Amino acid sequence: MIERFEDVIIQTLCRFLVPFMQIYALYVIAHGHSSPGGGFQGGCILAASFVLLVIAFDLKEAKRRMTEKLNTIFTSLGVFIYAGTGWVCLILGGNFLDYSKLSKILPVDSVHARYHGMLYIEIGVGIGVMACMISIFLNLVTRGRHEEALEDKDLWNT
Amino acid sequence: MKFLSLIIALVTGALLIYGAQDFPNWADPNSPPSIWVSNRYIEKAFEETAVPNLVTAVLADYRGYDTLFETVVIFAAGVSVVMLLRRPRKE
Repeated sequence: MIERFEDVIIQTLCRFLVPFMQIYALYVIAHGHSSPGGGFQGGCILAASFVLLVIAFDLKEAKRRMTEKLNTIFTSLGVFIYAGTGWVCLILGGNFLDYSKLSKILPVDSVHARYHGMLYIEIGVGIGVMACMISIFLNLVTRGRHEEALEDKDLWNT
Repeated sequence: MKFLSLIIALVTGALLIYGAQDFPNWADPNSPPSIWVSNRYIEKAFEETAVPNLVTAVLADYRGYDTLFETVVIFAAGVSVVMLLRRPRKE
Protein backbone atom coordinates (compact mmCIF):
# COMPACT_ATOMS: atom_id res chain seq x y z
CA MET A 1 0.00 0.00 0.00
CA ILE A 2 1.21 3.50 -0.82
CA GLU A 3 2.17 5.41 2.32
CA ARG A 4 0.33 8.64 2.91
CA PHE A 5 2.67 11.47 2.04
CA GLU A 6 2.20 14.90 3.56
CA ASP A 7 4.64 17.68 2.85
CA VAL A 8 3.94 21.25 3.88
CA ILE A 9 5.92 22.71 0.97
CA ILE A 10 4.06 20.71 -1.67
CA GLN A 11 0.68 21.37 -0.08
CA THR A 12 1.24 25.13 0.24
CA LEU A 13 2.58 25.37 -3.30
CA CYS A 14 -0.40 23.45 -4.70
CA ARG A 15 -2.81 25.61 -2.75
CA PHE A 16 -1.22 28.62 -4.49
CA LEU A 17 -1.03 26.99 -7.89
CA VAL A 18 -4.55 25.61 -8.25
CA PRO A 19 -6.43 28.96 -8.51
CA PHE A 20 -3.99 30.21 -11.15
CA MET A 21 -4.40 26.99 -13.14
CA GLN A 22 -8.16 27.37 -13.04
CA ILE A 23 -8.03 31.03 -14.09
CA TYR A 24 -5.75 30.03 -16.96
CA ALA A 25 -8.15 27.23 -17.94
CA LEU A 26 -11.07 29.66 -18.03
CA TYR A 27 -8.94 32.01 -20.15
CA VAL A 28 -8.18 29.19 -22.59
CA ILE A 29 -11.88 28.34 -22.88
CA ALA A 30 -13.06 31.94 -23.22
CA HIS A 31 -10.33 32.98 -25.68
CA GLY A 32 -10.59 29.90 -27.88
CA HIS A 33 -11.87 32.22 -30.63
CA SER A 34 -8.90 34.52 -30.92
CA SER A 35 -5.98 32.42 -29.73
CA PRO A 36 -5.04 28.73 -29.69
CA GLY A 37 -7.20 26.84 -27.25
CA GLY A 38 -10.82 25.92 -26.76
CA GLY A 39 -13.09 23.71 -24.75
CA PHE A 40 -11.10 20.48 -24.95
CA GLN A 41 -7.81 22.05 -23.86
CA GLY A 42 -9.34 24.25 -21.17
CA GLY A 43 -11.35 21.35 -19.74
CA CYS A 44 -8.20 19.25 -19.51
CA ILE A 45 -6.38 22.04 -17.63
CA LEU A 46 -9.32 22.33 -15.22
CA ALA A 47 -9.20 18.57 -14.64
CA ALA A 48 -5.41 18.77 -14.16
CA SER A 49 -5.85 21.28 -11.33
CA PHE A 50 -8.15 18.78 -9.65
CA VAL A 51 -5.69 15.92 -10.19
CA LEU A 52 -3.01 18.08 -8.56
CA LEU A 53 -5.28 18.45 -5.53
CA VAL A 54 -5.69 14.66 -5.26
CA ILE A 55 -1.92 14.12 -5.54
CA ALA A 56 -0.88 16.85 -3.11
CA PHE A 57 -3.65 16.31 -0.55
CA ASP A 58 -5.85 13.21 -0.53
CA LEU A 59 -9.08 11.87 -1.90
CA LYS A 60 -11.12 13.18 1.01
CA GLU A 61 -10.03 16.78 0.38
CA ALA A 62 -10.74 16.39 -3.33
CA LYS A 63 -14.18 14.83 -2.84
CA ARG A 64 -15.08 17.61 -0.43
CA ARG A 65 -14.61 20.10 -3.27
CA MET A 66 -16.17 18.02 -6.06
CA THR A 67 -18.63 15.39 -4.93
CA GLU A 68 -19.36 12.42 -7.14
CA LYS A 69 -22.96 13.50 -7.66
CA LEU A 70 -21.93 16.98 -8.83
CA ASN A 71 -19.32 15.47 -11.13
CA THR A 72 -21.86 13.15 -12.75
CA ILE A 73 -24.21 16.09 -13.27
CA PHE A 74 -21.39 18.08 -14.92
CA THR A 75 -20.56 15.15 -17.22
CA SER A 76 -24.06 15.22 -18.68
CA LEU A 77 -24.43 19.00 -18.48
CA GLY A 78 -21.52 19.55 -20.89
CA VAL A 79 -23.09 17.50 -23.69
CA PHE A 80 -26.49 18.96 -22.83
CA ILE A 81 -25.26 22.56 -23.28
CA TYR A 82 -23.74 21.68 -26.65
CA ALA A 83 -26.75 19.80 -27.96
CA GLY A 84 -29.09 22.33 -26.34
CA THR A 85 -27.49 25.16 -28.33
CA GLY A 86 -28.14 23.12 -31.45
CA TRP A 87 -31.77 22.55 -30.46
CA VAL A 88 -32.33 26.25 -29.73
CA CYS A 89 -31.11 27.03 -33.25
CA LEU A 90 -33.52 24.38 -34.57
CA ILE A 91 -36.44 25.88 -32.63
CA LEU A 92 -35.60 29.39 -33.90
CA GLY A 93 -36.05 28.19 -37.47
CA GLY A 94 -32.55 27.27 -38.66
CA ASN A 95 -30.66 24.05 -39.15
CA PHE A 96 -29.22 22.08 -36.23
CA LEU A 97 -26.21 24.08 -34.87
CA ASP A 98 -26.86 27.01 -37.25
CA TYR A 99 -25.80 29.68 -34.76
CA SER A 100 -26.74 32.64 -36.95
CA LYS A 101 -30.39 32.09 -35.93
CA LEU A 102 -29.39 32.92 -32.35
CA SER A 103 -29.51 36.60 -33.37
CA LYS A 104 -33.27 36.42 -32.78
CA ILE A 105 -32.77 36.07 -29.01
CA LEU A 106 -29.36 37.79 -28.62
CA PRO A 107 -28.88 41.56 -29.09
CA VAL A 108 -26.32 41.07 -31.91
CA ASP A 109 -26.41 40.62 -35.67
CA SER A 110 -26.31 37.20 -37.29
CA VAL A 111 -22.52 37.19 -37.85
CA HIS A 112 -21.77 37.92 -34.20
CA ALA A 113 -24.46 35.42 -33.17
CA ARG A 114 -22.25 32.71 -34.68
CA TYR A 115 -19.38 34.06 -32.58
CA HIS A 116 -21.49 33.79 -29.42
CA GLY A 117 -22.86 30.37 -30.36
CA MET A 118 -19.30 29.07 -30.60
CA LEU A 119 -18.57 30.46 -27.13
CA TYR A 120 -21.55 28.54 -25.67
CA ILE A 121 -20.54 25.24 -27.18
CA GLU A 122 -16.94 25.74 -26.02
CA ILE A 123 -18.22 26.24 -22.47
CA GLY A 124 -20.26 23.03 -22.79
CA VAL A 125 -17.26 21.10 -24.13
CA GLY A 126 -15.08 22.46 -21.32
CA ILE A 127 -17.48 21.38 -18.58
CA GLY A 128 -18.00 17.94 -20.11
CA VAL A 129 -14.31 17.22 -20.69
CA MET A 130 -13.40 18.39 -17.16
CA ALA A 131 -15.98 16.14 -15.48
CA CYS A 132 -15.11 13.12 -17.67
CA MET A 133 -11.37 13.45 -16.99
CA ILE A 134 -11.99 13.74 -13.23
CA SER A 135 -14.24 10.68 -13.10
CA ILE A 136 -11.83 8.62 -15.25
CA PHE A 137 -8.89 9.62 -13.03
CA LEU A 138 -10.67 8.93 -9.73
CA ASN A 139 -12.00 5.56 -10.86
CA LEU A 140 -8.64 4.44 -12.21
CA VAL A 141 -6.55 5.40 -9.15
CA THR A 142 -9.00 3.90 -6.64
CA ARG A 143 -10.06 0.90 -8.79
CA GLY A 144 -13.61 2.23 -8.44
CA ARG A 145 -13.61 1.78 -4.66
CA HIS A 146 -13.90 5.34 -3.37
CA GLU A 147 -15.28 4.38 0.05
CA GLU A 148 -12.38 2.04 0.81
CA ALA A 149 -9.88 4.65 -0.42
CA LEU A 150 -11.40 7.23 1.92
CA GLU A 151 -10.79 4.85 4.84
CA ASP A 152 -7.15 4.12 3.85
CA LYS A 153 -7.82 0.45 3.23
CA ASP A 154 -5.54 -1.69 1.12
CA LEU A 155 -7.15 -1.24 -2.30
CA TRP A 156 -5.24 -3.99 -4.06
CA ASN A 157 -6.50 -6.81 -1.81
CA THR A 158 -10.17 -5.96 -1.50
CA MET B 1 -0.79 -18.95 -33.97
CA LYS B 2 1.86 -16.30 -33.39
CA PHE B 3 3.21 -16.95 -36.87
CA LEU B 4 -0.28 -16.48 -38.32
CA SER B 5 -0.62 -13.15 -36.46
CA LEU B 6 2.70 -12.01 -37.92
CA ILE B 7 1.54 -12.93 -41.43
CA ILE B 8 -1.75 -11.03 -40.94
CA ALA B 9 0.08 -7.98 -39.60
CA LEU B 10 2.55 -7.98 -42.49
CA VAL B 11 -0.18 -8.40 -45.14
CA THR B 12 -2.27 -5.60 -43.58
CA GLY B 13 0.76 -3.32 -43.43
CA ALA B 14 1.64 -4.06 -47.05
CA LEU B 15 -1.95 -3.30 -48.11
CA LEU B 16 -1.87 0.01 -46.23
CA ILE B 17 1.44 1.01 -47.82
CA TYR B 18 0.05 0.03 -51.24
CA GLY B 19 -3.05 2.16 -50.57
CA ALA B 20 -0.94 5.11 -49.45
CA GLN B 21 0.54 5.31 -52.96
CA ASP B 22 -2.70 6.92 -54.13
CA PHE B 23 -2.43 9.82 -51.69
CA PRO B 24 -1.57 13.21 -53.16
CA ASN B 25 1.94 14.47 -52.58
CA TRP B 26 2.75 16.38 -49.41
CA ALA B 27 1.49 20.02 -49.76
CA ASP B 28 0.41 19.44 -53.36
CA PRO B 29 -1.48 22.63 -54.38
CA ASN B 30 -3.68 20.65 -56.81
CA SER B 31 -4.78 17.96 -54.35
CA PRO B 32 -8.53 17.82 -53.56
CA PRO B 33 -8.20 19.15 -49.95
CA SER B 34 -6.34 22.21 -51.24
CA ILE B 35 -8.73 23.16 -54.02
CA TRP B 36 -12.13 22.25 -52.60
CA VAL B 37 -13.40 23.79 -49.32
CA SER B 38 -10.15 25.05 -47.75
CA ASN B 39 -9.96 28.17 -49.89
CA ARG B 40 -13.54 29.13 -49.09
CA TYR B 41 -12.88 28.73 -45.36
CA ILE B 42 -9.73 30.85 -45.54
CA GLU B 43 -11.41 33.59 -47.55
CA LYS B 44 -14.84 33.74 -45.96
CA ALA B 45 -14.46 32.50 -42.36
CA PHE B 46 -13.80 35.88 -40.79
CA GLU B 47 -16.58 37.78 -42.52
CA GLU B 48 -19.08 34.96 -41.93
CA THR B 49 -18.34 34.23 -38.27
CA ALA B 50 -16.31 37.22 -36.93
CA VAL B 51 -13.87 34.72 -35.36
CA PRO B 52 -10.17 35.52 -35.97
CA ASN B 53 -9.03 31.98 -35.12
CA LEU B 54 -9.68 29.94 -38.24
CA VAL B 55 -9.26 26.62 -36.43
CA THR B 56 -12.06 27.40 -34.00
CA ALA B 57 -14.29 28.65 -36.81
CA VAL B 58 -13.92 25.36 -38.71
CA LEU B 59 -14.05 23.16 -35.60
CA ALA B 60 -17.04 24.74 -33.87
CA ASP B 61 -19.08 26.20 -36.72
CA TYR B 62 -18.49 24.60 -40.13
CA ARG B 63 -17.76 21.22 -38.54
CA GLY B 64 -19.96 21.68 -35.48
CA TYR B 65 -21.77 18.38 -35.94
CA ASP B 66 -18.45 16.53 -35.88
CA THR B 67 -17.36 18.29 -32.68
CA LEU B 68 -20.70 17.52 -31.03
CA PHE B 69 -20.09 13.81 -31.45
CA GLU B 70 -16.46 14.16 -30.35
CA THR B 71 -17.89 15.46 -27.09
CA VAL B 72 -20.34 12.55 -27.02
CA VAL B 73 -17.40 10.13 -27.47
CA ILE B 74 -15.66 11.64 -24.41
CA PHE B 75 -18.95 11.47 -22.51
CA ALA B 76 -19.32 7.80 -23.47
CA ALA B 77 -15.73 7.11 -22.32
CA GLY B 78 -16.40 8.70 -18.94
CA VAL B 79 -19.69 6.86 -18.46
CA SER B 80 -18.22 3.50 -19.48
CA VAL B 81 -15.29 3.89 -17.05
CA VAL B 82 -17.80 4.55 -14.26
CA MET B 83 -19.92 1.58 -15.35
CA LEU B 84 -16.97 -0.83 -15.61
CA LEU B 85 -14.87 0.19 -12.59
CA ARG B 86 -17.09 1.85 -10.01
CA ARG B 87 -17.97 -0.51 -7.17
CA PRO B 88 -20.20 1.30 -4.68
CA ARG B 89 -20.12 -0.35 -1.28
CA LYS B 90 -23.26 -2.32 -0.51
CA GLU B 91 -24.90 -1.19 2.72
